[in-house]
Amino acid sequence: MITVHDLTKKYARTTAVDHISFSVSKGQIVGFLGPNGAGKTTTMRMLTCFFPPTAGQATVAGFDVLTQPLEARRHIGYLPEMPPLYLEMETVDYLRFVGRLKGLSGAELNRRVEFVCERCAVGDVKTKLMGKLSKGYRQRVGLAQAIIHNPDVLILDEPTAGLDPRQIIETRELIRSLAGEHTIILSTHILPEVEQTCEQVIIINKGKLVATDSVQNLQARFRGAESVLVDISARSGEMSAAAVQQRLEQVNGVSRVTCRERQGHGAVFEIESDQGRLVRGDLARLVVEAGWDLNELRSAAMSLEEIFLQLTGAESAAATSSAAPESNA
Amino acid sequence: MKNAWIVCRRELGSYFTSPIAWLLVTMYSLIFGYFFWNYLGHFVLQSMELQMMGEMAPTSINEEIIRPLLANASFLGIFFIPLISMRLFAEEKRNGTIELLTTSPVRDMEVIVGKWFAATILYCWLIFYSSISFCFLFIYGHPDWKPLAVAYLGMILQGAALLALGTFISTLTRNQIVAGAGTFAACLLLWVFSWVSSYNSAGWAAVLSYLSIVSHYESFGRGVLSSRDGVYYLSVIFLGLFFTARSLESLRWRS
Repeated sequence: MITVHDLTKKYARTTAVDHISFSVSKGQIVGFLGPNGAGKTTTMRMLTCFFPPTAGQATVAGFDVLTQPLEARRHIGYLPEMPPLYLEMETVDYLRFVGRLKGLSGAELNRRVEFVCERCAVGDVKTKLMGKLSKGYRQRVGLAQAIIHNPDVLILDEPTAGLDPRQIIETRELIRSLAGEHTIILSTHILPEVEQTCEQVIIINKGKLVATDSVQNLQARFRGAESVLVDISARSGEMSAAAVQQRLEQVNGVSRVTCRERQGHGAVFEIESDQGRLVRGDLARLVVEAGWDLNELRSAAMSLEEIFLQLTGAESAAATSSAAPESNA
Repeated sequence: MKNAWIVCRRELGSYFTSPIAWLLVTMYSLIFGYFFWNYLGHFVLQSMELQMMGEMAPTSINEEIIRPLLANASFLGIFFIPLISMRLFAEEKRNGTIELLTTSPVRDMEVIVGKWFAATILYCWLIFYSSISFCFLFIYGHPDWKPLAVAYLGMILQGAALLALGTFISTLTRNQIVAGAGTFAACLLLWVFSWVSSYNSAGWAAVLSYLSIVSHYESFGRGVLSSRDGVYYLSVIFLGLFFTARSLESLRWRS
């Protein structure tokens, strides 16, 4: 549905997007992840034909953004970072205006306006001036205008920015429910958001593509073998960490044990096991049988956050230049 | 051009749902009404004096009232045009709604023409209110309506030309005040350009004088349909909208 090949955008002195290539297939939700100023908005603006790329190609729904911008735009619904609302208009008038602009008319326009009002839960503010709407409602009206012409591709720039936690959850649910009928690209710098809403993630930093993969794969890639954190403490008296470590290493399937931290009567161990072997039961049994207390036993799977820091951290360590300027300005 | 009409309708709705349109028409009517009252008062006094001296009363309402009054009205437009045009693109840029327009399946030119046309309609609506005063002249006298119609055509053309310039200036900034002040300066300069021809007959002075927007109104004001001046106004409209399109395009390449 979206293919991007060697897309580059240069501003006067900086390269905001540097030879990015990726593709998104129909019906997917893709998270576009990167720190502020990574080039997310710039990439999205090129995809929506807001401005043309300096080099490279991008096609949306089969239309090239440079040579067939009008056709491409017809298949795109776009929610910029700041919802593009005319504050002196009523919600329903605004939606009708956007619908007409996107080529709807007559009965179909009425039907679509009713539909998106219901879909995005803005029916109760239909006749309110948009200047009087709360941030959450404005975001939902923004989403409503993006889907009014039933586009194949939805491009959402930081759709949850500036919302309160409940509104964030509502917005995420709404976006998730839109997947399937639309192909969605959403940008964010909030990592849990990608873990919760997206199937695929594209990580960029300083205009360069760092990783593109499914969320599960990315986590698995960095997890490698399964690792478990175990917090053990002695029931009475001292406990020799070295002795405990030795006992843990003897459990079937354990490949490596490292002592993470030691405090008073206890210690936390990170236990790596061969992939596919479930050693938690054995570990728990051993600890209890040896007369220690098992305070905590949890999976040490890397969160996307750690992966992200690892990926972008390596990048920034190599690059000595200062942070890329904010492209949203 | 269907899209231009969609943009135009939204723009008009925006003028009339906010206080802008109503405020402008109030101010315009007030000032024009004062002009009218003064000219009428002067005319009445003059006729009475002439009658007392046993001479013929001046009969030409067109020459004595309508023509000077409309010359003033066209000048009054210079003050109102920046107020109409300043928000056209500056406001869109500030609110971020420009991203909606430029990522919708509409051509830049359709957006520009729509916005400019809405501003022109608002201006026409303003000067329509001035015509109410003239109704009194038609009720109590017998002025010739044809020169009046031509003068109104001239005013509309002049307004449309200046609004096209204002539309262009509005794309240059996201600050409405800056756009308004810039447009006002441009309008004022175009007005005083003609002064130079009064003491200088060099070639450049003639060019400058030709560029002056108010001097082209004079023949319309006399009730003469002049193709030369019509061409001037149409060229300014075309040029203004052309520059607006280029400016909007450069916005895409730069930003």
